Amino acid sequence: MTALLAQGTSYDVEAVRADFPVLTRVIGGRPLVYLDNASSSHKPRQVLDAERAFVEQHYSNVHRGVHTLSQEATDAYEAARTTVASFLGAADPHEVVFTKNATEAYNLVAYSFGNARAGSRFALGPGDEVCVTEMEHHSNLVPWQMLCERTGATLRWIPLTDEGRLDLSELETLVNERTKVLAFVHVSNILGTANPVETLVARAREVGAFVLVDGAQSAPHQVVDVQALGADFFVATGHKMLAPSGIGVLWGRRELLDAMPPFLGGGSMIEVVQMGGSTYAPAPERFEAGTPVISQAVALAAACDYLREVGLDRITAHEQVLTARLLEGLRDLDGVSVIGPDSLHSRGSAVSFAVEGVHPHDVGQSLDELGIAVRVGHHCAAPVCRRYGVPATTRASSYLYNTEGEIDALLEGIRTVQRFWS
Amino acid sequence: MTTNTSPESLYQEIILDHYRHPHHKGLRDPYDVEVHHVNPTCGDEVTVRVKVAEGPDGATVQDVSYDGQGCSISQASTSVMTDLVIGKPVDRALETSEAFLTLMQSRGQVEPDEDVLEDGIAFAGVSRYPARVKCALLGWMAWKDATAQAVGGTAPQDRTASRTTGGAA
Repeated sequence: MTALLAQGTSYDVEAVRADFPVLTRVIGGRPLVYLDNASSSHKPRQVLDAERAFVEQHYSNVHRGVHTLSQEATDAYEAARTTVASFLGAADPHEVVFTKNATEAYNLVAYSFGNARAGSRFALGPGDEVCVTEMEHHSNLVPWQMLCERTGATLRWIPLTDEGRLDLSELETLVNERTKVLAFVHVSNILGTANPVETLVARAREVGAFVLVDGAQSAPHQVVDVQALGADFFVATGHKMLAPSGIGVLWGRRELLDAMPPFLGGGSMIEVVQMGGSTYAPAPERFEAGTPVISQAVALAAACDYLREVGLDRITAHEQVLTARLLEGLRDLDGVSVIGPDSLHSRGSAVSFAVEGVHPHDVGQSLDELGIAVRVGHHCAAPVCRRYGVPATTRASSYLYNTEGEIDALLEGIRTVQRFWS
Repeated sequence: MTTNTSPESLYQEIILDHYRHPHHKGLRDPYDVEVHHVNPTCGDEVTVRVKVAEGPDGATVQDVSYDGQGCSISQASTSVMTDLVIGKPVDRALETSEAFLTLMQSRGQVEPDEDVLEDGIAFAGVSRYPARVKCALLGWMAWKDATAQAVGGTAPQDRTASRTTGGAA
């Protein structure tokens, strides 16, 4: 693969595809067309091999032993942290906390704030506010709702325009001096919208609010530089970026992570434990209670290496070609409407659409009979469906291994679905 | 895909017929209990009203009406359900409901009894698609809940509240 993808050559999608064993699957008598990447991505051999090699030859628990394997496993785990930190542009590997998934990362921040003593800069109470957006994934919405319920703080949200973008006309009211946290999605999993991070971070800074950016749908597809984004926290998840499920990433400014109260208590996160109480380790250990996600971290580092080898910029460009083809094709279909931005401007590769007169479940099931995997449902963003008056959507989301031919197969599949259900 | 109507396939003609021309759809009076059930994984919703009256064979399902939105499977299954329970003694209707539940949980391993399930046998293929079984059961479970409340006299508001998920945030 490496040679074929040397800088300056065109993007060789077939060389990439050859690294993904699952892409040889045949479903319903046809080659698998996997367009459910916003839900979860597939894994290349390089990632699978790295995880297997680690587990077969170097595995042990980490940070606990003096024996050789323990040291090797610890080294591999911490090297993975360094790789992920570098992938995200973090200044310091200590700013990377491994979690079980992205959901745990949002909860980690929300519960940590909720555990803060009154008077602490992290503490919230009645009169304080948390601001999110109407396009959040439930995982970056419900933990904040719960935090507000526990503390008496008020949840506010930035509404959406008809086009599927944030309506920033009331931003100065919604993010104000009472706002303690502004949490928003970088790229929407359901609409595909890429949000204006700079504008949002600037407003949060004006009022002294902490900023959390949900990067679950951005980190797999584009160059992310957490320092350039200017946020306080950034969340990513392994399984959407070629790594296994079971690992999420929280990046946070070191100064904040070292000062925040812990979330989960247990082994590894402590300094001194006495029966009457304990003191806590600095970050990242403070937030990694118990045996961490060891082999998944090693695999995630291999996935980061793979993505960088192919080139995030090249992946972004490739996906833009596919997304343009899909948007154009959907525009040409009668009875099909896109829910979300209809142009390439500030959007990712996830495209939600409605097929008039056919429920998304039936669209998805019928496409499956043609070997085409899409996601149907509310995509864990039910308020978005409600905002646009649909019970659910059908969503196609491409990634580095998808082809223009697969986009055409999807478009032809939608025509077949329309004929069947007419 | 378009011509596959073998017994194993999902989209049987009977299902498509009920989906396109649903029976007993539209909420009606009088009723004893109204429930609202949702499938939180896909957003399908159904509101079911049940009227139970004393008949010659004891408590009888006098009427079932419903409204909802959802996929072909959930809508057709609810339509078939109304055909199968309206006019039946509650006990027998519950037996039919159990037979349908058993079929749905069979993963294609149970031969449905047409005398009991009538058009419901068309859903045998659905049991091979675990992701869709909940769709097929949505209306049935709502009916069962409403009927239990109607017979048991449980306050409907309490029961439905606990079954209703979602809500604007």
